[in-house]
Amino acid sequence: MGPLVDPFVDNEFMLRALGAGVLVSLCCAVVGTYVVLRGLAFIGDALAHGVLPGVAVAVILGLPAIAGAAVGAAVMIGGVGVVTRRTRLSGDSAIGLLFVGLLALGVLIVSAADSLTGDLEAILFGEFLGVDGADVWFQAITTLVVAAVTAWSARPFLLLCLDPDQAAAMGYRVAVHHRVMLLLVAATIVASFQTVGALLVFGMLIAPAGTGALVTRRVGSMMAVAAVVGVLATYLGLLASYHFAWAASAAVVVVAVGIFFVVFAVNGIVTRGRR
Amino acid sequence: MSAVVSARRLEVGYGSEVVLGVIDAHVAPGAAVALVGSNGSGKSTFLKTVAGLVPPLSGVIEVLGAAPGRRGRDVAYLSQHRSTALALPLRVIDVVRTARFDHRSRFARRTADDDHAVAEAMERLEISGLADRAYSSLSGGQRQRVHLAQIVARGAALLLLDEPTASLDAPGRAIYMEVLRAERARGAAVITATHDLGEATECDRIMLVARRVVADGPPADVLTPDNLLETFGLGLSRIGDRLVVTEHLHDHDDHHGHSH
Repeated sequence: MGPLVDPFVDNEFMLRALGAGVLVSLCCAVVGTYVVLRGLAFIGDALAHGVLPGVAVAVILGLPAIAGAAVGAAVMIGGVGVVTRRTRLSGDSAIGLLFVGLLALGVLIVSAADSLTGDLEAILFGEFLGVDGADVWFQAITTLVVAAVTAWSARPFLLLCLDPDQAAAMGYRVAVHHRVMLLLVAATIVASFQTVGALLVFGMLIAPAGTGALVTRRVGSMMAVAAVVGVLATYLGLLASYHFAWAASAAVVVVAVGIFFVVFAVNGIVTRGRR
Repeated sequence: MSAVVSARRLEVGYGSEVVLGVIDAHVAPGAAVALVGSNGSGKSTFLKTVAGLVPPLSGVIEVLGAAPGRRGRDVAYLSQHRSTALALPLRVIDVVRTARFDHRSRFARRTADDDHAVAEAMERLEISGLADRAYSSLSGGQRQRVHLAQIVARGAALLLLDEPTASLDAPGRAIYMEVLRAERARGAAVITATHDLGEATECDRIMLVARRVVADGPPADVLTPDNLLETFGLGLSRIGDRLVVTEHLHDHDDHHGHSH
């Protein structure tokens, strides 16, 4: 069927990677939309790095890496909350503090444990082509849960993007919904780090949703465009990885960011043409 | 008549810092109260306390017979500073529609009442023509009209408006005044925080505040030179139907040697 389809038909690992990638794209499209709209990119980036020590300790103890990532994300969110509430530091300062602290701790743990050196690359950049059936199932369940919680919270989430004070005055529990949103970001990162990796999942959160923001006037449409961009980037990235022996997760993220800039440029030309 | 807002010996602020006190207030349905004071005088903190966003420090306050924040469905709050996402992909009509989110259950579709309230509110704020425009493409004044349309669309018993005429041009202010009169006529109580004395004189009561209540009563009784001097450090004169600032006594010292 040709070079565009054969890699996925002839190789089971490519098909599994495509399935996992599509699920990551859908999950990141939903959560990434709110990350972009609410300006949560920094906490998203920090969470992506903050899982490192948790994952490292879990690997050393022989526990599932995903459990360690979940603990790392919880420490990050809880720590930011405590520092913000108990000090006069702004939210981004608190995030920066936890971000660099947990990242440094992760590097220390990895450097102290020789056995982890080989795993570091897998933690940071994922093993897209090595995902197994269980990974795909876990990603599928996470995606479903994220979609369900987002549908349940759609109205308060939109009000949070528009005006949190107004939402609170209407009776919505703004602090609770903000935490739910952060938990969704954390769940997405934790579930996706085995495929795209802790560092690159951040790209899938931002680039497709950012592309959606360029061309839509509704939040639902923004998510839909983000999903299409994410799936397209996954397909093209995996294809490029297969044919040119590129690192799979990096190829997917580079394509996603590339699509953003292509749409950005075309959008600018179209807008100028209308004037 | 039962009070929409009732406050006794109320102090408002953050943590242990009293920003404004002591307040005794009784706002009846259809009444309009203007909180007038300079920046940092406690106007916004008081509104946030009534809206249930900031807990009261001491005293008693009831909003529609309950603690602040318990009757959110019947309260419309216009905040002064919004942190709206610049990239938010919403049409103007979608923004106004959010005002009705709490009028129906979580997954219920919009009702005819919702659509009617939104359409009427947009018409009254004269933004019907902007319905399909991207919210992010609007000017500051247009956005303020959109948020005022949200307030109207809620059909609330209590309107809490923080600087409602900020960034509005003259036609926008005229529209706002008309809307204010109509909302009061249907029985809504209004509490507005403003620097605009022209807007304040449209209300039937003015509360001059400077981290404490300097004066409280009908505009004619409250807007005296002494009260304004105490509130703003400003003197005021009436020229025709306009109030004009005539003195600036902030940071006044003898070295200036000027007189007004």
